[in-house]
Amino acid sequence: DIAWWYYQYQRDKIEDELEMTMVCHRPEGLEQLEAQTNFTKRELQVLYRGFKNECPSGVVNEDTFKQIYAQFFPHGDASTYAHYLFNAFDTTQTGSVKFEDFVTALSILLRGTVHEKLRWTFNLYDINKDGYINKEEMMDIVKAIYDMMGKYTYPVLKEDTPRQHVDVFFQKMDKNKDGIVTLDEFLESCQEDDNIMRSLQLFQNVM
Amino acid sequence: MAAGLATWLPFARAAAVGWLPLAQQPLPPAPGVKTSRGDEVLVVNVSGRRFETWKNTLDRYPDTLLGSSEKEFFYDADSGEYFFDRDPDMFRHVLNFYRTGRLHCPRQECIQAFDEELAFYGLVPELVGDCCLEEYRDRKKENAERLAEDEEAEQAGDGPALPAGSSLRQRLWRAFENPHTSTAALVFYYVTGFFIAVSVIANVVETIPCRGAARRSSREQPCGERFPQAFFCMDTACVLIFTGEYLLRLFAAPSRCRFLRSVMSLIDVVAILPYYIGLLVPKNDDVSGAFVTLRVFRVFRIFKFSRHSQGLRILGYTLKSCASELGFLLFSLTMAIIIFATVMFYAEKGTNKTNFTSIPAAFWYTIVTMTTLGYGDMVPSTIAGKIFGSICSLSGVLVIALPVPVIVSNFSRIYHQNQRADKRRAQQKVRLARIRLAKSGTTNAFLQYKQNGGLEDSSSGEEQALCVRTRSAFEQQHHHLLHCLEKTTCHEFTDELTFSQALGAVSPGGRTSRSTSVSSQPMGHGSLLSSCCPRRAKRRAIRLANSAASVSRGSMQELDMLAGLRRSPAPQSRSSLNAKPHDSLDLNCDSRDFVAAIISIPTPPANTPDESQPSSPGGGSRAGSTLRNSSLGTPCLFPETVKISSL
Repeated sequence: DIAWWYYQYQRDKIEDELEMTMVCHRPEGLEQLEAQTNFTKRELQVLYRGFKNECPSGVVNEDTFKQIYAQFFPHGDASTYAHYLFNAFDTTQTGSVKFEDFVTALSILLRGTVHEKLRWTFNLYDINKDGYINKEEMMDIVKAIYDMMGKYTYPVLKEDTPRQHVDVFFQKMDKNKDGIVTLDEFLESCQEDDNIMRSLQLFQNVM
Repeated sequence: MAAGLATWLPFARAAAVGWLPLAQQPLPPAPGVKTSRGDEVLVVNVSGRRFETWKNTLDRYPDTLLGSSEKEFFYDADSGEYFFDRDPDMFRHVLNFYRTGRLHCPRQECIQAFDEELAFYGLVPELVGDCCLEEYRDRKKENAERLAEDEEAEQAGDGPALPAGSSLRQRLWRAFENPHTSTAALVFYYVTGFFIAVSVIANVVETIPCRGAARRSSREQPCGERFPQAFFCMDTACVLIFTGEYLLRLFAAPSRCRFLRSVMSLIDVVAILPYYIGLLVPKNDDVSGAFVTLRVFRVFRIFKFSRHSQGLRILGYTLKSCASELGFLLFSLTMAIIIFATVMFYAEKGTNKTNFTSIPAAFWYTIVTMTTLGYGDMVPSTIAGKIFGSICSLSGVLVIALPVPVIVSNFSRIYHQNQRADKRRAQQKVRLARIRLAKSGTTNAFLQYKQNGGLEDSSSGEEQALCVRTRSAFEQQHHHLLHCLEKTTCHEFTDELTFSQALGAVSPGGRTSRSTSVSSQPMGHGSLLSSCCPRRAKRRAIRLANSAASVSRGSMQELDMLAGLRRSPAPQSRSSLNAKPHDSLDLNCDSRDFVAAIISIPTPPANTPDESQPSSPGGGSRAGSTLRNSSLGTPCLFPETVKISSL
């Protein structure tokens, strides 16, 4: 009987969903995290308390991520960029970001060396994680960033602004003009640019 | 501010690192953080009961009392705790809101007391969580209705005061709608009621056969034909009164078209029209037949009573709202009637001298039987006819008796449900609108902060603090992030208005012509990317020229004030346009005049009205602080701004 089967299926689905939400993840010990990251114990405590409060289950999934970003950047659509960021955070590609991933990434971004930061950024831009950034990947990223600006910008956003931005970027980064940027080219070009170097120090101070 | 957004600030800053290699301009420095004391436990003493919580927890909602610096007013330095002289039981719910992000409504407490506590702690009632929202609203509505009833009962005695200087029309309308306002209205109300009754009774009485005293004629005449003049006079009098009343109402109605279309006015027209048609139509026989039927419409005068009776109105509305149920009943009855009439007709077809001459003729039998009336004027004679006849009467009981209670209960349920659904829909709309407002509040907060010139400088903390609304640490970080994004993409956030204007002004050159009159040379129309950044440099040059000009014009005091108030006149003209959606509507025309003033008046004064304009008429602490500052400056500045604003 189809109706009965459907009913059973729905019930099972609901049970599965309940099960998934009840899975709780506990992070490794405080000492281990302190050793692995550049944060102090107190900072880790503050971070974890906030994290646990927002996600009692201990993991952040992509939807939550996108919601968080939507609240930070209410002007435009931050979901695409949030998607790429989520993939960058989720190093093990499990589909959810645990506290350790969270803290590790933050440790790199806020307290890491220039090298580490740049490598992380390269990893972010490399959407398919093949070790190279090509123009399409860069276009996706740049478009996602421009999406965050929303519609009401000054000056008015034109159709080819992202493309021009990508072209400028590639001109700077692609040393051998082969259409892709490797990690070494990226590192080299960024280190040559004073602006970037200075900006990298920006997020040093506070969590 | 959403729940726990501050927790995710590091996430968002991680995002910013991803923009760094793409940024073509240097990103702004991060806001200087005052010595963060780390996380500490705060003690909140509410009437003796101590609540302890992390400072971070309270900081989650910076626009409430506990989350902002307002709580410092309640800080007791001796005991090192924040003391509130309020209800500790209610405070539990408030604190739980900070902890969980959901505001629950206590079941046992009075809803008004709860509301007062919310108002004190700066929490909006919209924050009540979904689990408790419905009950909260219901209880609040109940309370409000009860209070309104009491108020109405009070008011009914005095009568609401009429706005002074209301025209005759308005007073007349009020007298019509609310007869209790004045004695004249009451008298009029009763007089019309009396005449409606008289008219209806006359209509009824004139058909009664009354026997003449003198002769016993074979034919008894109805009274209407025996005393035609009397009835005619009465009819005329009534119609005159009704016509007068209708015309008066038409004159007094605030919206004549709407009045003409309303049900009551239609009833009025229908009630008096037959009389006039009767006057106009000549008395010849073939038309008088039609005229007689018109008189039937005089009975509609009875509906005029519905103005006098609340109950009638409610009944009418009830029927209207129950129309679909009634329609269904009618439809099912019709189906049953047709079926049974057909069956009875064919069952009785064989008999001679039968009443069931056709199916429509059998309809009458079916209706009379199904409603269990049973007149007996049509009876089946065949056995099959009798069997089907009895089935018909039994099913009639079912068909009629069953749906009626269902309809009644359905009606009652649907009526209440509709009311609740409409309520909920309206509330949902309001809720969404408020959420959108809050959302736009955060976007506007950034835009406002920009136009206050907070972005351009990083030094001079104190001067800035005076004119820029003090923001929480979290807001600072958030705005810094948004600023970084702007710098990365080389575009700025604006509001809808400026955007549509920018679109309207066909070329980028159109905008620059409005920005300042000094920069008359056209901007490079190259690619937007390359031109937007040099444009900012150009504007900075203009700002220097402006301030230089103002030095030459005014006193040193003015310059200090200018330097103190304004760090970025660059987005100035745009900010005056930005101010439009933030300030009240009546400012819209002012700012347009301002722009005109800016173009026509030489540059130096353009600085000052531009700066003061968003601040002086605007409300809030921003205005207060800026006004304070400007009053410290030269008093001569104000007359100028006033003069220009009067344009």
